[in-house]
Parts: sequence; structure tokens; C-alpha cells
Amino acid sequence: MSAAPQLDPFLPDIYSVRDVRRELPDTVTLEVAPKAGARPDFEPGQFNMLYAFGIGEIAISLSGSAGSGETFIHTVREVGAVSAAISKLEVGAELGLRGPYGAGWPVNEAEGSDVVFVAGGLGLAPLRPAILHVLANRNRYGRVVLLFGSRNPTELLYRDELADWRQRLDVDIDVTVDHADAEWRGNVGVVPALIPRAAFDPTDTIAFVCGPEVMMRFSVAALRDAGVPLDHVYVSMERNMKCAIGLCGHCQFGPTFVCKDGPVMRFDAIADIFSIREI
Amino acid sequence: MTETAKSVISLDGLQALIDALAAKNYQVLGPTVHDGAIIYDAITKTADLPAGWTDRQDGGRYRLERRDDDALFGFVVGPHSWKQFLHPAKETLWKASRGPDGIVVTAEEPSPQKLAFLGVRSCELAAIAVQDKVFCEGPYLDVPYAERRKDAFIVAVNCGEAGGTCFCVSMQTGPKAEAGFDVALTELHHNGAHEFLVEVGSESGAALMQDVPHRPASNEQVSAAEAAVANATNQMGRTLDTNGLKELLQGNSNHPQWDAVAERCLSCGNCTMVCPTCFCTTVDDHSDLSGDNAERVRKWDSCFTLDFSYIHGGSVRTATRSRYRQWMTHKLASWYDQFGTSGCVGCGRCITWCPVGIDITEEAAAIRAAPMSDKEKPNERP
Repeated sequence: MSAAPQLDPFLPDIYSVRDVRRELPDTVTLEVAPKAGARPDFEPGQFNMLYAFGIGEIAISLSGSAGSGETFIHTVREVGAVSAAISKLEVGAELGLRGPYGAGWPVNEAEGSDVVFVAGGLGLAPLRPAILHVLANRNRYGRVVLLFGSRNPTELLYRDELADWRQRLDVDIDVTVDHADAEWRGNVGVVPALIPRAAFDPTDTIAFVCGPEVMMRFSVAALRDAGVPLDHVYVSMERNMKCAIGLCGHCQFGPTFVCKDGPVMRFDAIADIFSIREI
Repeated sequence: MTETAKSVISLDGLQALIDALAAKNYQVLGPTVHDGAIIYDAITKTADLPAGWTDRQDGGRYRLERRDDDALFGFVVGPHSWKQFLHPAKETLWKASRGPDGIVVTAEEPSPQKLAFLGVRSCELAAIAVQDKVFCEGPYLDVPYAERRKDAFIVAVNCGEAGGTCFCVSMQTGPKAEAGFDVALTELHHNGAHEFLVEVGSESGAALMQDVPHRPASNEQVSAAEAAVANATNQMGRTLDTNGLKELLQGNSNHPQWDAVAERCLSCGNCTMVCPTCFCTTVDDHSDLSGDNAERVRKWDSCFTLDFSYIHGGSVRTATRSRYRQWMTHKLASWYDQFGTSGCVGCGRCITWCPVGIDITEEAAAIRAAPMSDKEKPNERP
């Protein structure tokens, strides 16, 4: 055994909050910057481990532009003790951060093809860096479609940005909600139902899908039915993560570790295990 | 004599070996009797070893019995494994404090104490090699493990008898220690003498033997050691047919046997605690009462708990069948995908220490006896 001395991958770096933006009653977007040095580069689809002092650490996708910048952007929904503590951080507060980790969306491989983004709920957050990349390099892609579903109109994430994107003539955006309210004038129904009527060339499309597993299951089926081969479909998986570096065993999904083999996975590679209940 | 030649040491020589390790600042850990079981703990003299004891093992059963000789290693493996020293059940990864200058994180200093393991069986050498792959050969190094591992000195002991739940022959991990040790011993009761045949496996092992009185082994002694190992080979309490086992298990995720075993499985996690290769951990973050000092503690975890697979909204593996399937399929199948080796070394601990005697070899055989046909395994979900 001759293990060379190496930086301890368990040690978080310290970041401070630059900006907080309330997205929804239970969801905030934090902009964080390293206390010392520059933030590492990242790829759309990767994630960081965020540590709330004394409370714990959670995996949160990167949601900002992967281009140059001093900060990381994370959209966090309060669902547990750690996410609640992180959601309450104010500008200037410090947190621990490890990352970025994992395999991202293949935005470069998708160049020249049509791109279809299918997002459910908070699943829009991990897709946002890929969407920003495609829009920033719009002429490298064919048709671009964003299909987004939310439980109800009040839970629509990035509402202002969606409105901005809708102004563009080079992106098709279709939004649906499971349950409408009195003011909603848009689609009602689940997001996979938007796929058959979207305009893209199924023989030359790369699809990026992110949302709850049940939503991804039906979205992949709809894409397949529309003629998109499964090796052109990518999903972002979610599993319990403690270490994010393949050492704790928690994120196993069949033979894969979601932290290092994912979270973004090409669907044909996982189609067999994806179909197994409670795998 | 050359380094590779076999030599023989007496009982006093074994004491000299322990003393030589202590003199080189190793803490010597070895088998010792405690609470009716043979466990691994600090030892300083040969009298600490389980002289004249053996273990009788079967599914859900472990008993110590007296032997009719004074063998020091006349048993197989107990509830402990060397994992508890290389990959402790609980360890602080780092501490953090919060003051006027913000949060400061400090890595926990590794213990300077070097460890020497005396009595490492062949299956356990294989288990250490498996954990080396997990912790030291991935994209990220497990620094605390690697630190402890690089300094560890290993004295292997070849098994002269096999236990009731042993199947190292099936897993091709024993019973003879072939590699991965510094020194390997075979206990000999020959012509009234109680001695140990010594094989040197590393430069550190050769260096140690310079401090241990020894003499060249006779051909007779070498043959006696070979006969002892052959005896263990022929005594395996269990067998596991590994031919095509990975594909068999991965192709039978919906087999009714998973329901059958879930009827008996208590989901207690004992199998994962005693397994020498199970490596899963969780972390516990907490702070002191002032709220300004925190630490992260890493602890063994088990895939048999609901918390293990919890993501917001619920656990992925709610049913016992799913959790047992995860454990066994990981151990015998997906471990190959992840680490290029089986996760099972055939030590039999999971069988012995299962409170209801579930037997991984029987479970695999049951699926092999009646695998599902392709027609019977439609996708479970659209």
C-alpha cells in the first residue's frame, strides 16, 4: 500500500452567501462564493454538497450558468432539517461546500441536434445550467423545446425567467400544471402529455429529463413513443447521498453509484434497472 | 536463509514475534476469548490467545467448545473482523468551529498508532483486499482508511480446520493465505511439538523475522502444514456455486425467493455489521450546546435500514425483500460491476450471526434451482 498524500475529500470549503432570492414559499435560490480563492469550474447537471453548520450536509444541484463566474447558484427547497437551515441563511452567512461532483448533461454532444428539455417541478433547477448553455450558444443547436410541468400555478419555479425565455422566438416553451386555479389560462395535465405535440425531429433529438421518478418514467415512455431512441434520452437520478464520492454506498442504483456514475445517466444504460421497483 | 524459504518458530518464538512487533511500535491485535466468543482485541502475550478453544458454527448458531489440544488458532472467524480497525464503526472525520472569523474546519488528525494484526485468515486477507479496492482505488481516496492501511502489519494464519459456515473454497479466497500478508503462520502439532511454520510475504515480514528466533523448516514440517490446509479445504461447511451467479441474480430481481426470504429476514442488519467487506457508512453531524463547535462523525450504516435509502418523501426500499435483494445482489453481483471482484469472501459470518439463520448460499441456490424465465420477468413498471 503506497497511498500518496492527497487532499482529504471529506473536508468542506467555506463559502458565504452573496444573495438570496425567494422563489416560492418553501424554495430559495442562494448565490454563494468561496471565502478564499476562486470557485471550481463545473458542468451543467453536476451538484455540490452543502453543509449547514452543526446540522448536516445535502446534495444540491448547481442551477447557475456554467460559464465563468465567481459564484455558485443553488435552488433549495425546504424538505428536511438541513435544507430548512440552508434556506434560512441570510446574505453574509457562511456554509460548507464540497464539489462539484458527478456526471452532467451532455450539452456538447447535443450540438447540431434538436434539444428537448422536460422538467417537472423543482427538476427545472438542475436543468437550468444546461438551458442557459444552449440558449447562450443557440446557433449550435437545432430546435429547442422546453416542456415544464408543475403541480399548480403558484409552484411554478423561475416564473420571471420563464416569461423572459418565452419572449425569444427561437425556443418553444410549453408549461402545464396538474391542478389549475381560477386565473390559470394554460395547459392542465401532466408534463409527458406535452411531448406528443412538441415540434422536434425525433430522429435527431437529445432529450434531457429531470423531475420526480414517476414523471421521468412517463416522460421517457412518451419520448420513446414519439420516436426518440433511448440512447438519446438523459435523466437525472436522485438517491440518498452522504459522501458524494463513491465511498458511503448510499446512492446505489443497481450496479451504479448515482454520485459518480450519475446523477445524469443515459437512459438506455439504466433502462433495465429503472424498471425494477425499489431497486 | 533466503526470504522465501520457510522456517519454523516455537511457542516462545511466537511470543518473540509479538514482542518484536511491539518493539517496532505496533499495537498488536489478535484473537482472544471474550463473552463466549472469539473476538479481536489488544494482545501482548501468547497466553492472551484462545488456547484450546474452538468454535462450532451453523446458521444462527455460534458456540465455543474446548478442544482436546492446546492449539492457539484452532477455530475460524468470529463476529469481529479486521474491518473494525481499518474502517472503524465510528470515527470523527473533522471538527468545525464558528467564531468572529466565521467557520473554520479542521481535519481530524490520524492516530499515529501503527496496527499489527495477528491471526488474519485467508478469507480476511481477501476481505481487506476488497476494502482496499473500495477505499483506495476509486476516483477519491478514503484518506483515514488509507492512512491506517499503509502502516498495518499482517500476520496471517492458515486454517487447519474449516467452520460450519465456511465457504472460502467456493469463493477462491482460501483456506491458504497466498498473498497480502507480511508473515503467514501455519500451526503445527507434529511429533509432540507445538510449532508454527512461517512464510515471509514482504520485506517488512523479513525484517521482523530477523528479531524472531527461527530455524529452517524440514520437509516433514512443510508437508504437515500442507496437510493441515488440505484438511480445511475438505471440511468446508457450505458451498456456493458462483458460475454465472452475477447474471443469475441480476436477471432475477423479481424472483419469488426474495419474498420467501423476506418472510424470515428481520431486517436487523447483523449480516452487514459482521461482514468484513460491507463498507457503507452514514454521517452524524452535531454541535455542542454553545452551537459554535460541531463535528462530523462517520458511522457504519446498513442497507437494511429504512433511513439508508431515504430521500425526501420516503425511502426507496420500503420492503424487506428489496433491502435483502439489495444486500445480496450487491455482495454477489453488482460488486463486480463496481469493483471488479465479488463482495463475498466466503467467511460465513452473515450465516452464523443471522438471528434467524438465513444462509446466503441457500438463498443463491434457491434462485438457481428455479430461475425465472424471460417470459416471467416482464418489466415491473411501464
